Amino acid sequence: MRPYRLRLRATKDNGFKGLVFVMSFLSMAPLALILFYIAKQGLSSLSWGFFLEIPKPVGAQGGGIANALVGTFLLVVIAALPSIPLGIGAGIFLSEHREGAISYWARLAVEVLQGTPSIVLGLIAYMWVVVPMAGFSALSGGIGLGIMMLPMIIKATEETLNLVPYALKEASLALGVPYYRTILRVVLPAGMSGIMTGILISVARVAGETAPLLFTAFGNAFMNWDVAKPVNALPLLIYNYATSPYPEWHRIAWGAACVLVGFVLLLNLLVRMVIRRWKVQF
Amino acid sequence: MTTRPYERPSSGWQESAFQKGILLAALAIVVLLGAVFLSLLFHSKPSIWAFGASFVFEKTWDPVSGTFGAIPFLIGTLLTSFLALAICVPFALAISIFVGEYFRTGMLSSLVKNVTELLAGIPSVIYGFWALFVLVPIIRSIQMKLGIFPYGVGILTASIILAVMIIPYAASMGGEVISLVPSDIKEAAYSLGATRQEMITKVILPYSRSGILAGILLALGRALGETMAVTMVIGNSNLLPSSLFGPGNTMASIIANEFTEATATLYLSALIEIGVVLFLVTTVINIIGAYVVKKTSLGG
Repeated sequence: MRPYRLRLRATKDNGFKGLVFVMSFLSMAPLALILFYIAKQGLSSLSWGFFLEIPKPVGAQGGGIANALVGTFLLVVIAALPSIPLGIGAGIFLSEHREGAISYWARLAVEVLQGTPSIVLGLIAYMWVVVPMAGFSALSGGIGLGIMMLPMIIKATEETLNLVPYALKEASLALGVPYYRTILRVVLPAGMSGIMTGILISVARVAGETAPLLFTAFGNAFMNWDVAKPVNALPLLIYNYATSPYPEWHRIAWGAACVLVGFVLLLNLLVRMVIRRWKVQF
Repeated sequence: MTTRPYERPSSGWQESAFQKGILLAALAIVVLLGAVFLSLLFHSKPSIWAFGASFVFEKTWDPVSGTFGAIPFLIGTLLTSFLALAICVPFALAISIFVGEYFRTGMLSSLVKNVTELLAGIPSVIYGFWALFVLVPIIRSIQMKLGIFPYGVGILTASIILAVMIIPYAASMGGEVISLVPSDIKEAAYSLGATRQEMITKVILPYSRSGILAGILLALGRALGETMAVTMVIGNSNLLPSSLFGPGNTMASIIANEFTEATATLYLSALIEIGVVLFLVTTVINIIGAYVVKKTSLGG
C-alpha cells in the first residue's frame, strides 16, 4: 500500500459513508411524503358526520364512511374468529414438535401460504364461498382475509414459544401438572406478548388489504350488518373512490385513507406497548 | 395451579383432546394449502383444456372473441418486478449497511428501523392512491418534456411505487445479516489497514451475500404478487407493453380488473389460470428464498 493513496482512500471512505447516509434517508422520504399528503388532503374532511353517515350519491355534497367502518369491522372479526385459535394451535404443535414429517410439511405450507399473493386468496374465497352461496358476501371476504392471517399468527406463536425457557415447562411438569395444562397455563401465558403482537400485526395487515375483497365482499353503498350480503370496507372504498372521476369522492377517499393510516399507526403503537408491557424477560 | 393430589397427572380426555387438537390444527394448514392448489387447478381446467401450452405464448387477450393469452401479463409482471427490484436494491443495501454497521444502536438507527417498519405496514391501496395523485402527474410532466405521449400511468410508474413498497422487506433481512457478521473478521480487516468502506465492501458484503440475496428474493416474491398499487397506476392495457413509459398490465392487475366482468366460463377459468401461474411463480421464488435463509442459519 503506497502512502500517497491514503488520502484517496480516506476520501472514498467518507464518500461511501455519505452515500449510505443519503440513500437511507432518501428511502424514508416516501413515507414522509405519503403521510404529509394524506394529512393535508384528508384531515379537513374528518368530522363526526364523516364517521356516522353513509356515502351520498354522485353529485351530493357530504357523506361519510360509516358503512365501510362497519364492513371492515365485520370482515376483521370473521377473519380472526377461526384463524386465531387455529393459528395458535398449529403454532403450539410446531413449537412442541420441532422435528417430524408433519411439522416439516406444516412449516412448508405456512411458508407457501405466507408468500401467496393476496389476490390469489381472493380467488380461493370466491370459489369456496361466493360460488356456493351464489352471491358476494362479508363471509367470503372474511374467509379470504382469514387465510391471510393464519401464517402470520402461526409464525408468531411458534417463534415466541420457542423462546420460552424449557426450565419453566420442566418445573410445571415436575409439580405434576398435566401436559396440556402446562402448555395452556404456563407456556402460553409466558409467550403472550409475542402472540398478541402477531395477532395485532396480522389485523393491521388484513384491515388494509383490498385485493381479495374486490370479488368477495365486493362493496356496498349502504349500511349492512348481514354477513351473507356484500359489505364495503375502508380499503375497498378508497380504491373505488380514488379511481372515480368525481372530486367529491376523492375528498372522501383522502379522508378514509387518513382514517386507515391512523388505524394502522395506532395498531403499531399498541404492538410496541404490548411488547414493552408484557415482555417476559428470562 | 390447583392440581389436586388425586388427579392423575398426564392422562384423561383433556390431555388427548389437547394433543389431537394441536395435531389437527397443524394438519389443517397442510390440507388448506393442498385444497388451495387443487381448487385453483380444478377451476382453471376449462381454460387449460382449451388452450394448453399456447396460453403462455399467445399474445392476444380478447374476451369478445374468446382468445386468451397470458404473455402480455407475464411480461408486464416480470418487467415491473425486476425494474422495481433494480430501483430498490441500492436503497435497501444502504439501509442495511446503515442499521447493520454504521448505526447499530441509538436514535438514528431506531428512527430508520421504525420508518422502514411503518413503510411495510402502510396498506398497498394507500400507496396506489398516493401514486395516482402525486407520482403520476410528476411522471406525466417528465414525459411531456421528453416528448413522449404523456400517459403518466404505466410500467415505470408502477415499478417506482413497487420499489418503495418492497424496500422494507429487502432492508430488514439485509440489516439483520450484516449485524451478524462476526467482529473478529471485521477487526482482522481493520488490522490489515483497511478503511471502513473497504472493510464493508470486501468483508461484510461478501460474508453476508446469501442473506442479502434471500432478502432480495423475498422482496421479489412480494413485488410479483402485489396487486392494488400496481392496478391503480399501470394503465391497464392488455397489449404487450411497448415501452417502459407505456401502459401495461400484470398478472395480479388483470385478475383485479376483469374478474367481476368475466361472465363466460372460459373467460373466468382463463383468469383463474393466470392466478395459478402467479401462485406457482411466487411459491417457487419464496421457497428458494426460505431455503437460502435456512442455509445462512438465520432462522425465521
